[in-house]
Amino acid sequence: MEAVYLTFILVLSIFLGFELIAKVPATLHTPLMSGSNAISGITLVGALLSAGSGGETMAIILGTCSVALATTNVVGGYMVTNRMLAMFKKKKEGSKS
Amino acid sequence: MNIELVINFSYVLSAALFIFGLKMLGSPATAQKGNLVSSAGMFIAVVITLLNQSIIDYQWILIGVIIGAIIGAMAARLVAMTGMPELVAVFNGFGGLASLLVGWAAWYLSGNTSFTIVTIILSVFIGGVTFTGSLIAWAKLSETISGKPYLFSGQRVFNSILLLAIITIGVMFINEPANITYLYTLIALSFLFGIMAVIPIGGADMPVVISLLNSYSGLAACAAGFAINNNILIVAGSLVGATGIILTNIMCKAMNRSLGNVLFSGFGAVSTTLGKIEGEVKPISPEDAYFILEAASNVVIVPGYGMAVAQAQHVVKELQELLEGNDCEVSYAIHPVAGRMPGHMNVLLAEADVPYDQLIEMDDINPRMELMDVAFVIGANDVVNPAARDEENSPIYGMPIINVDYANTVFVLKRSMASGFAGVDNPLFFAENTRMLFGDAKESIGKLIREFN
Repeated sequence: MEAVYLTFILVLSIFLGFELIAKVPATLHTPLMSGSNAISGITLVGALLSAGSGGETMAIILGTCSVALATTNVVGGYMVTNRMLAMFKKKKEGSKS
Repeated sequence: MNIELVINFSYVLSAALFIFGLKMLGSPATAQKGNLVSSAGMFIAVVITLLNQSIIDYQWILIGVIIGAIIGAMAARLVAMTGMPELVAVFNGFGGLASLLVGWAAWYLSGNTSFTIVTIILSVFIGGVTFTGSLIAWAKLSETISGKPYLFSGQRVFNSILLLAIITIGVMFINEPANITYLYTLIALSFLFGIMAVIPIGGADMPVVISLLNSYSGLAACAAGFAINNNILIVAGSLVGATGIILTNIMCKAMNRSLGNVLFSGFGAVSTTLGKIEGEVKPISPEDAYFILEAASNVVIVPGYGMAVAQAQHVVKELQELLEGNDCEVSYAIHPVAGRMPGHMNVLLAEADVPYDQLIEMDDINPRMELMDVAFVIGANDVVNPAARDEENSPIYGMPIINVDYANTVFVLKRSMASGFAGVDNPLFFAENTRMLFGDAKESIGKLIREFN
């Protein structure tokens, strides 16, 4: 039953994802990509659970590596997206004035 | 029990924040706020996870987070905007590898029912393919290896056998979950498959590959979510998977090719049976180009990957200002697949402070092309190749292009007469109204600017 319930969530989220961003202007393609890339670092949550499990050594090692990789993905992804979007914003104000 | 409830409700909250964030990323006015909203969602998800009672040791988490945060922050701060495609590729790869490791670790931590094993296999496979695929994409983008499609005979047969082997090993692993050798084999084969999948794809098709890998990195997180029974991974992962697919689709449409065609047939494989192109190449000096530009009242600038390579976006902006000071209307025509990732040109021009309402999409600029005195092509090739429109035999026939050849005069800034990434000859360079400005784009524009001053 658990599997059915999880698959349910999967299917609904995929449809939601398609609906959310069906129309995105070309200007935002790169930020959208790097922003959603940062979200894919959510795997960090799984990595935390494994790195902190305190049991099996191998699971801790794998988890710690995974925490480092996923954090890089999350922190880097959000920061670089923000940097890009700040450039877009600056321009908008400039052209209005 | 109570803590568990709090954690799961917080996951619902962060899922909602991701959804809002993505929605806001879809419009220029709210995009930056959207990114912050989505990062708040991530922050909540991570912090609340630390409350989980199954976490009893924080030392390793701390080490991992510190290392990752430092690398991520440094990379995000230091990367040049021209290096964005490579950075996105690397981050994708990291995300994929992280999901692979989560799936792998789940083998030690979970009960290993058949369902869990299937999900572990999926996260290891998708994560592994994302990882090595992104590394190859990175190497091609940074030109560590050649951007040309790498093809050998029997490639499809080899890949099919490889895929079959992965499935077989997977089934054996399900039957004998205690045997970790199967898992190791799966990891190795997935790595190999990722390499094989991206290596036949040419540099010009990289926008498709990057968005597809982006989608995979989400799906890998999603599979890892199944492996460890975690809702937020599934929701966030599938949202990313969907956005990646949408971008991939937009890129494929912009090249008038199906996804299968991009993935399985390297551009270079098409044998060109083009007739001999008539006409001759007419070079022009910056001085003469200046006289034409000075008299022009409508100029459209068409940037391509060459602008990124030459890092010419700032001098382009300077030229734009000089032209505008000379009562000339300047616009930019952006092809959806110009550059090496979706929206590549927009990012570079934004860095140079070009207002985004001056960047015009292909379908909007084409009807106006005949009114343009000068079309100024900087390092673009295939996206302005009239053969895509006129030559049925051309390998890129059917790809929508920016019709620069309809403008009065076309300037093409180009380093040499070498053909574009697709390896297709471009009749534009031989056209009656085309003038070639040979040399490094940045230097050539610099010379033009000096003529103005």
